[in-house]
Amino acid sequence: MADNTNSKDVNPFQKQKNKEEMQKQLITFALMIVFTIIAFVVVAAGVMDSMFVIPILLILAVVQVGFQFYYFMHLKDKGHDMPAVMIYGGIWAALLTLAGLGVITWW
Amino acid sequence: MSHDHSLNPETMPSEPEKATQEGKNKFIGFWFFLGGETVLFAALFGTYIALRNSTADGPTANELFGLELVFIMTILLLTSSLTSVYAMYHLKNNDFKKMQLWLGITAILGFSFLACEIYEFTHYITEFGFTFRSSAFGSAFYALVGFHGGHVTFGMAWLIALMLRNAKRGLNLYNAPKFYVFSLYWHFIDVVWVFIFTVVYLMGKVG
Repeated sequence: MADNTNSKDVNPFQKQKNKEEMQKQLITFALMIVFTIIAFVVVAAGVMDSMFVIPILLILAVVQVGFQFYYFMHLKDKGHDMPAVMIYGGIWAALLTLAGLGVITWW
Repeated sequence: MSHDHSLNPETMPSEPEKATQEGKNKFIGFWFFLGGETVLFAALFGTYIALRNSTADGPTANELFGLELVFIMTILLLTSSLTSVYAMYHLKNNDFKKMQLWLGITAILGFSFLACEIYEFTHYITEFGFTFRSSAFGSAFYALVGFHGGHVTFGMAWLIALMLRNAKRGLNLYNAPKFYVFSLYWHFIDVVWVFIFTVVYLMGKVG
């Protein structure tokens, strides 16, 4: 029936599952904020040598992007094999692009 | 109307965005697109890294960038990523009004980010005379960061169109994939920004 559309009721089991998922998302968000703050503080403090700072920054960025992909974009969930193939294919081609540009610039 | 697509408690699927064939196709197709976007941004990042010290006696990265504004922009975009997660949470709970509310908050944060970026670019141009044509560093910087800003602008237009177009329809299996795919796009924008603030701004400050 048309009147039934957009009733707010969802099966309670599903609702509970969605709620637990949302709590994980919030923890993910808190961790990403912490990683961001660490990255900015490391640079703003300026006490470390750039030889150490740059790898730390890159590792923090990769971890944060991992959280974004696996939690916020649900890559960890079931039925995400094909999306994982697509995005890792893209990341592989991206690394080749970066390597290619690096080689023609510095080698 | 599309009453075979409408949602009600008895037929509410746990993943309304992937309940139809069209939804599944959009979901796979959009991830394919994001794979392509990754390569496109990699090319822009590679160009930027190669040219970031070619300043042609113009302003350098260290002179230009201020960490305060970049930090504010990062928090704005990261928070807007979380608010779109909230919107998708309400989508799965079939709560259209709350989904629209959180999408609206996402839009406000997205526009605030854009405002900061416009302020940043005008600041560089008026205070430092640093433009697209100043140096190879200038071209690479505006191409990379501007392209990301263009993606944010497009995302805002997309979001506003979705919210207005579906305002009176409510949620159904036809538009649930559309909202979901937008949220994927929005998270991807944040992924790119994480690398921009790291590679362009923070590494620019470190040298």
